Amino acid sequence: MGLDIRWPIGLMFSLIGSLLVIYGLVTGSNAEIYQRSLGLNVNLYWGLLLLVFGGWMLTMAWRGSQKPGGPETPDDGKSK
Amino acid sequence: MQSVQLGFLDYTILAIYVAFVVGIGFALRRYMKSSSDFLTSGRSIPAWVTGLAFISANLGALELVGMAASGAKYGIATSHFYWVGAIPAMVFLAIFMMPFYYGSKARSVPEYLKMRFDERVRALNSIAFAVMTVFASGISMNALAKLLNQLLGWNYHLALWICSAVVLVYVLKGGLTSAIYTEVLQFFMIVLGFAPVVYLGLKDVGWWGSMNSTLQGVAQNPAALDLKEVGTHYGADAWTSAWKPLLGGPSANPMGVDLFAMVFGLGFVLSFGYWCTNFLVVQRAMAAKNMGAARRTPLIAAVPKMLFPALVIVPGMIAVALTAMPNKSYRIPPPILAAEVYSKGVASVKAAATMEPTEAFKTVSEAMGKKMNADKVAALVKDSGKLDDPSIKQGLYNAIAEYDYDGVILSLVKRYCPPGLLGLALTALLASFMSGMAGNVTAFNTVFTYDLYQAYLAPSKSDQHYFRVGQAITVVGILLSIACAYFASMYNNAMDIIQLVFGFVNAPLFATFLLGMFWARCTGTGAFLGLFGGITGSAVFHSLTLAAGNTPGVKGGYLHVMKTFPSEMAQNFWLASFAFIICLTLTLVISLATKRTKTNEELKGLVYSLTPKLKDEAAAWYLRPAPLGLVLLVGCVILNFIFR
Repeated sequence: MGLDIRWPIGLMFSLIGSLLVIYGLVTGSNAEIYQRSLGLNVNLYWGLLLLVFGGWMLTMAWRGSQKPGGPETPDDGKSK
Repeated sequence: MQSVQLGFLDYTILAIYVAFVVGIGFALRRYMKSSSDFLTSGRSIPAWVTGLAFISANLGALELVGMAASGAKYGIATSHFYWVGAIPAMVFLAIFMMPFYYGSKARSVPEYLKMRFDERVRALNSIAFAVMTVFASGISMNALAKLLNQLLGWNYHLALWICSAVVLVYVLKGGLTSAIYTEVLQFFMIVLGFAPVVYLGLKDVGWWGSMNSTLQGVAQNPAALDLKEVGTHYGADAWTSAWKPLLGGPSANPMGVDLFAMVFGLGFVLSFGYWCTNFLVVQRAMAAKNMGAARRTPLIAAVPKMLFPALVIVPGMIAVALTAMPNKSYRIPPPILAAEVYSKGVASVKAAATMEPTEAFKTVSEAMGKKMNADKVAALVKDSGKLDDPSIKQGLYNAIAEYDYDGVILSLVKRYCPPGLLGLALTALLASFMSGMAGNVTAFNTVFTYDLYQAYLAPSKSDQHYFRVGQAITVVGILLSIACAYFASMYNNAMDIIQLVFGFVNAPLFATFLLGMFWARCTGTGAFLGLFGGITGSAVFHSLTLAAGNTPGVKGGYLHVMKTFPSEMAQNFWLASFAFIICLTLTLVISLATKRTKTNEELKGLVYSLTPKLKDEAAAWYLRPAPLGLVLLVGCVILNFIFR
């Protein structure tokens, strides 16, 4: 039906991931913030992971859009 | 104890999430042209999407909040809700039941019952289901609003109405498709938002081995943490083994459950009743684009379901281990008390300084209105002269000997998440509730529109009419859920209530399906009276039994206490087993005594023996349900063995 859900998922996680990475880089020197997370800059590391996941989803969505009608693509032309 | 301040970034992440789910609703709006687009997605969705939506719709209050609460109360044995109480039923649904649901072209589970039996069975099932979904949704929403109230200090009522409004908007715009698509997004949000909290928690307790050895100490003296009454003690493995404490009988495990109740009551009756007949989940599989995709849906869902204990049970265990480690300065949160109660408590501590110890303890306990830890209160009263008011307040908080287990997950998020990650984890919590709520609402509106409104109230209207009714009932459904949320706010552990409701409605239901799908001789009258008897039977059973420690009333035993079970969970599992057997027996006997009303020809595609077997040998093994199901079951056995 019309929309490949991998686009919004990919976009959303890339966006949130980028925000976390930027925030992690900016606040990296601030030990007080990361006392809670046991000294780990989780924003940076987890943000990177979200970016990778978002990018992977976008790639899959893009590849799906290149071959419309394929059996495993969500948008398989059956929309009424 | 104080609420956490969200920063700009946290609100931004939350806003991005809300924008995306609402955006998906609006993007799908133009595809919503008929009632079937809105209510059944026009059977157009690929298997991986319906599969993840299947599991996401099941993630309501039950999952993150309830299972973490159970993880703290019962330890690793909570995994029985997954490896015993879910995976086998999901495999059964895929292999044996999906061909009838999907192949019959029924639009809902009650409609299948009408095709197989008659209108009476459908009416009974659809009314019971509608009531149950509204309840489940209300419980979920109550838990959400309570969490937002605690974490952000948001107004309970405001939180309830705003979150409902978001769900309403995207379901109203994009119907079932929108609910399913957002459920997939929510699935990833929940996993990715929550995994870092579990990681940090495990790191904090010193990883698995250290957590286990701490929990072994807890198990031998749970009273030290006020987890159980003084004098209760278990084997060292009570929190860390799934099967060994169970084999020791109800007194050897914190669940207070025996092996039969666990395997038959949960593993067979409740589990198959929920996963195989509950339209909330089955609806996702029925929206798949073809039979193969429909059958793969529960199998795809079973993979994350099998791994979820790591995400939802482990946090509960971490919380207990942290509470037992004095240097971690953590406690499982106590029930939430108003600020006035604490002020009264502080005053009572000061006044108690001049009293003798028993009198002092009594005074403080009465002021707080909760069970208090005598040693901690005595120490606090002794030091009260040297402490300022906030310290006394903190001391009182620590001295409360009761736990609000539903707050476990939230307290860990607060403990470990710096700004940024906090927003992500909070959004994950919101996502889990919204997916559960949307799942309930979409199942409710379909059953109401097709099985109640079209069937009995206004048959043979135009499709556009039903489309509009479907939209209107979506609004009504959400309003009813809100009403139920207020009702649910009167209870402490949502999990037990859900189990109870499912016990009443679902337990007898699986007997009806089992006989209906696999026994052509089963008649409509037999099914109807059997089902009716099963539901009545569970209500009667509930009114005559009680769990130890409860007073007769809403928890059961209000007619007469004939039998006392060691725990509420045992009571629920036995209730389900009892209802199932009543329904099975009645349906069998009455079917044999009544005439068949449907011919073999009419039952083709609805009953196993009268339906041509699906041929899928040509497909690759990983696309065929039977080999896939087998792989999943083997995986399940291995997991049970590892954590035995």
